[in-house]
Amino acid sequence: MVQSNETLLEVKDLKMHFPVTSGVIFQHKIADVKAVDGISFSIKKGETLGLVGESGCGKTTAGRCILQLYTPTSGDVMFEGARLNGLSSRDMIPFRRKMQVIFQDPYGSLNPRMTCRDIIGEPLTVHKLTSGKGEYNDRVAELLNVVGLNPYMADRYPHEFSGGQRQRIGIARALAVNPSFIVCDEPVSALDVSIQAQVINLLEELQDEFDLTYLFIAHDLSVVRHISDRIAVMYLGHIVEIASKVELHENPLHPYTRALLSAVPIPDPVLEAKRERIVLTGDVPSPMNPPPGCVFHTRCPVAIEDCQVAIPELREVSPDHWVACIRSEGYGPY
Amino acid sequence: MDSVLEIKDLATYFYTHDGVVKAVDGISYEVQEGETLGIVGESGCGKSVSALSIMRLIADPPGRIERGEVIFEGRDLLKLSDSEMRSVRGNRIGMIFQEPMTSLNPVLTIERQLTETLELHMKMTKMEARGRAGELIEMVGIPDPGRRLKDYPHQMSGGMRQRIMIAMAISCNPRLIIADEPTTALDVTIQAQILELMQSLSKDLGTALIIITHNLGVVARYAQRVAVMYAGKIIETSTAGPIYADPRHPYTLGLLNSVPRLDEEIGTKLQPIEGLPPDLIDMPDSCSFAPRCRYAIEKCTTEAPPLSEVTGGHLSACWRAEELADIGVKVG
Repeated sequence: MVQSNETLLEVKDLKMHFPVTSGVIFQHKIADVKAVDGISFSIKKGETLGLVGESGCGKTTAGRCILQLYTPTSGDVMFEGARLNGLSSRDMIPFRRKMQVIFQDPYGSLNPRMTCRDIIGEPLTVHKLTSGKGEYNDRVAELLNVVGLNPYMADRYPHEFSGGQRQRIGIARALAVNPSFIVCDEPVSALDVSIQAQVINLLEELQDEFDLTYLFIAHDLSVVRHISDRIAVMYLGHIVEIASKVELHENPLHPYTRALLSAVPIPDPVLEAKRERIVLTGDVPSPMNPPPGCVFHTRCPVAIEDCQVAIPELREVSPDHWVACIRSEGYGPY
Repeated sequence: MDSVLEIKDLATYFYTHDGVVKAVDGISYEVQEGETLGIVGESGCGKSVSALSIMRLIADPPGRIERGEVIFEGRDLLKLSDSEMRSVRGNRIGMIFQEPMTSLNPVLTIERQLTETLELHMKMTKMEARGRAGELIEMVGIPDPGRRLKDYPHQMSGGMRQRIMIAMAISCNPRLIIADEPTTALDVTIQAQILELMQSLSKDLGTALIIITHNLGVVARYAQRVAVMYAGKIIETSTAGPIYADPRHPYTLGLLNSVPRLDEEIGTKLQPIEGLPPDLIDMPDSCSFAPRCRYAIEKCTTEAPPLSEVTGGHLSACWRAEELADIGVKVG
């Protein structure tokens, strides 16, 4: 992996609040869903940042805000040094060529009435990247080859493909414009175990081949750890910990990260019998009405009174290891 | 130990326009008293259909239980009349489904859904049933049971609903609970809660448990015995240890090598199983895994291997099971 020190993407205090309205004629706002509530991180060129968290923690919303598919409530998204928020859709076009997305659902994200050729070729037409039918068809064939599909499949419709093959079409579509950055939003969670590995390996190979930078969003920590260089853990709209994958696994500091790690079973019964299990009580609170102070304190096994008051800041506790917990130094094992 | 459930050569076929789908094609296994059996496999391998066949919940047509025996408490469930079967279902055998959203009745309160089974199977009065429902809800760890009983399913989270399903499954003190992907729809931390709860309840109540899942890790953590299914057949079965440490079927080996492990060495490359699972219509009479198998020899494409013993209690359906310990390369 070619990793440089050049920052490709920087997110500063990004917030995305969705209004909840009531009333039919006189609509008024009654509350906000704080899907993303002030997150900051950066991704270096050639790096893969994993974003993990449970459903509803705001990881997908964060990805969409970065791509400007949602207009963030506040905060900055800087891509190659340029500020993306506030750009008109026309000014966004050159950036759309550099930033692409692969969606979770290989069934819902491909138009059933378009052939595979049209799906992969659409970005080529939109960005006027090919001239003439011949070049267009050649490029589609090349892309199909790259993702491990046969070019003769180009005239088939999505329903003729299996889930794994559809995900490959989604990847080919993202690659069509030669992007430098791809948001992978749960790209393997809808796939069967044996097919997951095929797609993960493909993503890794493509990264090496085309110098891609990934934001890899998923809920499965073992998959995220496998593919990422660094991992950010999200909970209820906040990033609670960021570290390299080795550091996060060997020295997790946030109680939520610890619980998440211990909840992932390892396919090895001998090892499993020895592992400590931290089982959190209760459910994730609603992002419409998040608890005051640290959002995790309602389920935290080591919470103290102070946790209910102040929102803990993301602090760098050792080089490149950031954690948002006021007790990260002192609670020890539990 | 006595076996609670014994399945012999069970086969369930579906008769569709395109042909006969052999969803379950001759599987046999036993579940011992108080034991947890994990059935692993990918989607379409027949693991759910085999569970539904035990409960005789296969829609006929298009499905039909073709042959086999399901011996539970000394009786063959497949030979019972419909009314006799109803007294087993939900009473002696409890079932937990994947989708807690759709398996509860949306227009009945939680209390009514719990008391219905109690009144029907345990012949309780309304008052007794209500009291017992409150106890059950408390056992599955739902706070404020008095208020929660009056709730409707939509007022609860996914994890809560799955707890209700568990309360219903244990309500009549069953000998066996079948849990079909009980945590697939749930979040990671909630998944841990539910599985821990199921394990502790089955231990306390002495209930045997069948966990059906695609997650090899869940089985490693909670099951004492494992059966791996592929294309309608059990291809390997053993106690949990040997399956993971010394797999004797290339499919099991392939599955283990294709999932990323939380504790893997940095830089480990996944080894996917190439190709796709077979179409279950008109399966050839050979090993169904042979087209994807890297260890396949000529015999594999002509003759189906029987499930036979490799070492004590470790069964595999592979012609090369004996050699696999030497030629199979395991990563991680």
